[in-house]
Amino acid sequence: MYGGGYIHDDQKKTSAPVSDDPVLLAEFEARILRGEKIEPRDWMPTEYRRQLIRMIEQHAHSEIIGALPEGTWITRAPGFRRKLALMAKVQDEVGHAQLLYSAAETLGKRREDMINDLINGKSKYSNVFNYPAKTWADVAVIGFLIDAAAIVNQVANSKGSYGPYCRALERICYEESFHLKQGHSVFVFLATGTKTQRDMVQDALNRWWPPIMHFFGPSDKMSQHTETLMRWKVKMASNDDMRQQFLTMYVPKIWELGLTLPDPNLKKNPETNQWAFTEPDWNEFYEVIKGNGPCNAERLAVRRAAEENGAWVRAALRKADAQYVTPLA
Amino acid sequence: MKIKSLDPRVNRLELEAVDKQPDAVLAPHDHFQTYQVFHQKKRGDKHVAVGVVHAPSPEMALLFAKEQYARRGETVNLWVVNTADVLAMDYDDYDVFATTPEKTYRDPAGYKVNEKIAAYKKSTVNV
Repeated sequence: MYGGGYIHDDQKKTSAPVSDDPVLLAEFEARILRGEKIEPRDWMPTEYRRQLIRMIEQHAHSEIIGALPEGTWITRAPGFRRKLALMAKVQDEVGHAQLLYSAAETLGKRREDMINDLINGKSKYSNVFNYPAKTWADVAVIGFLIDAAAIVNQVANSKGSYGPYCRALERICYEESFHLKQGHSVFVFLATGTKTQRDMVQDALNRWWPPIMHFFGPSDKMSQHTETLMRWKVKMASNDDMRQQFLTMYVPKIWELGLTLPDPNLKKNPETNQWAFTEPDWNEFYEVIKGNGPCNAERLAVRRAAEENGAWVRAALRKADAQYVTPLA
Repeated sequence: MKIKSLDPRVNRLELEAVDKQPDAVLAPHDHFQTYQVFHQKKRGDKHVAVGVVHAPSPEMALLFAKEQYARRGETVNLWVVNTADVLAMDYDDYDVFATTPEKTYRDPAGYKVNEKIAAYKKSTVNV
């Protein structure tokens, strides 16, 4: 799964604009226009590299942090098969983080630096993992709808221009389709079960709907920045388009079970095929992204403890003469 | 202040809620070196490069490769190679291959004789 909300940070804030060689830039853009992929040791614009590292790193963090709210439920999952499925899903999410960290590493940032930035609160990750998973129905909503939203984002990104990211996403999308199916299965079992089970899944839907609407990020159609990133095939679809695609695919699957969504304005315009909805509270979204959501402190503390508590094992295994080399692809 | 979680396992860790600590927890090389992983699906297939693992030794790299690249589907064999031991070309040097597609004399399709044979047969019939 992945936090789709692509929040761009202004280059001015972090560094002076870098002017790239115009000849190399033209060759680079022509390559992308021809549909060719960019590979790790190719020349690339400074801003392309910076934005890709940022995006892939955020994606990796979202996977590894996303494993935490669901991991909580493994011991309490109802029955052996559900436990097996949830363990497999959580292991997949951690595996996805590793694939993505490796893809980001090919651009020159070491995995240790990415994880330091995560646990020091410097890097961002998806808003949705900073909310608590209160009941088993939350696991259903996360597995079904958050993974579905992530797939919309990841399928788009897998057609991007950077080879290693595309290759990682190809494997990830394949595995995520199992997550979505098992999430849908849990969701349907609850929704077609007893009144208590239905109430539980309705309550989880009501709580998760605002973060899900936040998931793809604020409207970005008008941004100059988005235009460059889309030309470079870093960003493959606008936040608005992905949100619309998600609503078209999944709202009917919620409504067909007689469940409701907590937005009276949510409806599809039959002529334009566009969904109308109440604009979610974007202040809440920015607060959560900044680190002030209900579970941010817990998520980072748990991640930090995992690194710290494992340090002595890694120290015992490390060989002094081993040489780090950036992954090839 | 201690973190209060819905998860009893997190509460048992007695974690302090301190956000935004500037110190680096991981030093360079804390997560070891990298290995390239090659996966063989069936006997008779080629091994295919599938990705990377971080590991402290080739033996551990194989173990991680199994968890990372052979969790589902079929696998009969895995290789791992220390990335430091791979000598790779630069994409910038691709021009050394630029003329290879033109080397039709290395290609079965580069040898067309049917027209000659047909012309010869025609000429001998007429004689």
